[in-house]
Amino acid sequence: MSGTMNTDLGGDGYNFAFLDEQTKRMIRRTLLKALSIPGYQVPFGGREMPLASGWGTGGLQVTASVLGPNDRLKVIDQGADDTTNAVSIRRFFHTVANVAVTESTEQATIIQTRHRVPEAPLKEGQILVYQVPEPEPLRRLIPRESETRKMHAYAEYGTMQVTLYEDIARFGRIARTYDYPAIVNGRFLMSPSPIPKFDNPKIANNPAMQFWGAGREKRIYAVPPYTTAHSLDFDDHPFEVQSWKGCCALCGSTMSYLDEVITDDKGSRMFVCSDTDFCTTHQAKAAAQTKVVGEHS
Amino acid sequence: MYVAVKGGEQAILNTHKMISEARRGDPAIAELTLTQISEQLRLAVDRVMAEGSVYDRELAALALKQAQGDAMEAIFLLRAYRTTLPRIAMSEPVDTSRMTIRRRISATFKDVPGGQVLGPTYDYTHRLLDFELAAEGLERVRATSAAEPLEENVPRVVDLLHHEGVLQEDNDDGNDEVFDLTRQPMSFPAGRDQRLQSLARADEGFLLGLAYSTTRGYGFNHPFVGELRLGEVTVEIVPEELGFPIAIADVTVTECQMINSFQGTAEQPPQFTRGYGLTFGHNEGKAMSMSLVDRSLRARELGEDVRHPAQNEEFVLSHADNVEGNGLITHYKLPHYVDFQAELQLVRQLRAEYEAARAVQTKEAAE
Repeated sequence: MSGTMNTDLGGDGYNFAFLDEQTKRMIRRTLLKALSIPGYQVPFGGREMPLASGWGTGGLQVTASVLGPNDRLKVIDQGADDTTNAVSIRRFFHTVANVAVTESTEQATIIQTRHRVPEAPLKEGQILVYQVPEPEPLRRLIPRESETRKMHAYAEYGTMQVTLYEDIARFGRIARTYDYPAIVNGRFLMSPSPIPKFDNPKIANNPAMQFWGAGREKRIYAVPPYTTAHSLDFDDHPFEVQSWKGCCALCGSTMSYLDEVITDDKGSRMFVCSDTDFCTTHQAKAAAQTKVVGEHS
Repeated sequence: MYVAVKGGEQAILNTHKMISEARRGDPAIAELTLTQISEQLRLAVDRVMAEGSVYDRELAALALKQAQGDAMEAIFLLRAYRTTLPRIAMSEPVDTSRMTIRRRISATFKDVPGGQVLGPTYDYTHRLLDFELAAEGLERVRATSAAEPLEENVPRVVDLLHHEGVLQEDNDDGNDEVFDLTRQPMSFPAGRDQRLQSLARADEGFLLGLAYSTTRGYGFNHPFVGELRLGEVTVEIVPEELGFPIAIADVTVTECQMINSFQGTAEQPPQFTRGYGLTFGHNEGKAMSMSLVDRSLRARELGEDVRHPAQNEEFVLSHADNVEGNGLITHYKLPHYVDFQAELQLVRQLRAEYEAARAVQTKEAAE
């Protein structure tokens, strides 16, 4: 596959997984620090990558630093393995590291994701790498970095709580639907990246290791395995996730996050799983079951 | 039908072929060579080298060719190339007073030691389309050079003001380790080394706009071009095993020393302050804008009010890099189905509640 890429990175000109070993070492140190202070944004000397910043360069650098020759990599964007940017990043690693790639959540050792947490539960030993456009959860409230760093240092998160309260006052509910802030390990306020709030509960107490890489902003943060992540809420307005009236039109799941697909110009639409691997697995299971049922009847 | 919604591997492969075709254009027309680009599109190459932070005309020409002349895309290509290059050594501070000068002007004194040298500039051309240039193979008249070469050491104009104390001294002796933005994340408050490195790589258009804003009341500070010079300087490194400097390259740079007035404070007497601009290649607009923005960003240090965008270092330095800015802005082209779905659901819910509330109100009003 490598020879067909527009820019041939497969030659001897680049190190395994693109980054040089000194850079990887620097990033690995950052990852260790991030794991030691869950939810804290660790500044790192982010490199310029051959991918546009904002397109997953942070995730790319984290993945490149933890990737070994025996890993099996899965890349998803919007939950799907076949979206263009996921394809592009998977091809990148296939070219520069020649690692095995997979679409199966279960079989992957490293999963790089944008905007979703896989539906299937992760297990110990797996690493989930999130791409992050804006690591600072307070940025939209306070644009100045010098200010927000102080707020984190003093755990001064009242402003965020007030913002959520303002939503309740105006709309009767918290109007945040994605990138929903959470307190990690009872200490640091963290942006989970623009995943739907549907996925927030999966971050907490997950057996897998979770890293967030923000390339443009040069920050890395982490939630170590089995660590709490409490999505902000109020006693009388508890945190809740999205739900749908129907089910996935392809696999019939009622448990998954659904994408809306417009099917014609008359307003017809269908809802399908955003997690393609989950959907295919679910369909296969259903088919197998029907077959078994068919054989028995 | 459903498959068509999500992009595929095939589409990516095909788009690579399509840009390759578009880049080549009509195959009946001769293909551009890198030498043609680096010789005849010199200023484009200079800009790409400056903002791409790699001094290599051939690579910059290649980047421009690959990017179909899109400067920002070419800068990105060059940056992505340089990122994995090893750091062999830190160069010694470049001495611009020993520059081989091609152009050197001062707007503050009619004549200066070493003389005013107009050199190559578009400044006094009339911007009339030169239709003769449309024809190929035209014989050009050669410029006449002076009988004697310029002096080897041409002192910088700003240095001439030092002894009087009217111009603030540069307090950096160049011996401290320099901040490396390509290896360390930006941090605030930024030192001048970090600021100047950031500005040197910054988008030319963004700096021009900011510099322009300072002259229109958003942080006014009347600038005088103390000196603008263009030419070749020698870059030296000191290899550990040798212990003395050796020359490794001659590079073309543009340097601008901007002099700005300063009213003084209780602690400091009135004096002129300076702003500094330095870029790879021939980039006068960039060097001048850089020196203006450098000066306006010294507001805090000089005890001036920080009120305007060009004085706010977090605002300027965080948004000056076009590779980063372009990356984030173009990323909105990426799918956002998932978060859009989340927002769509919320808006539908809020609208339903709004309609319900209105219905109740109308009913009450009717009663």
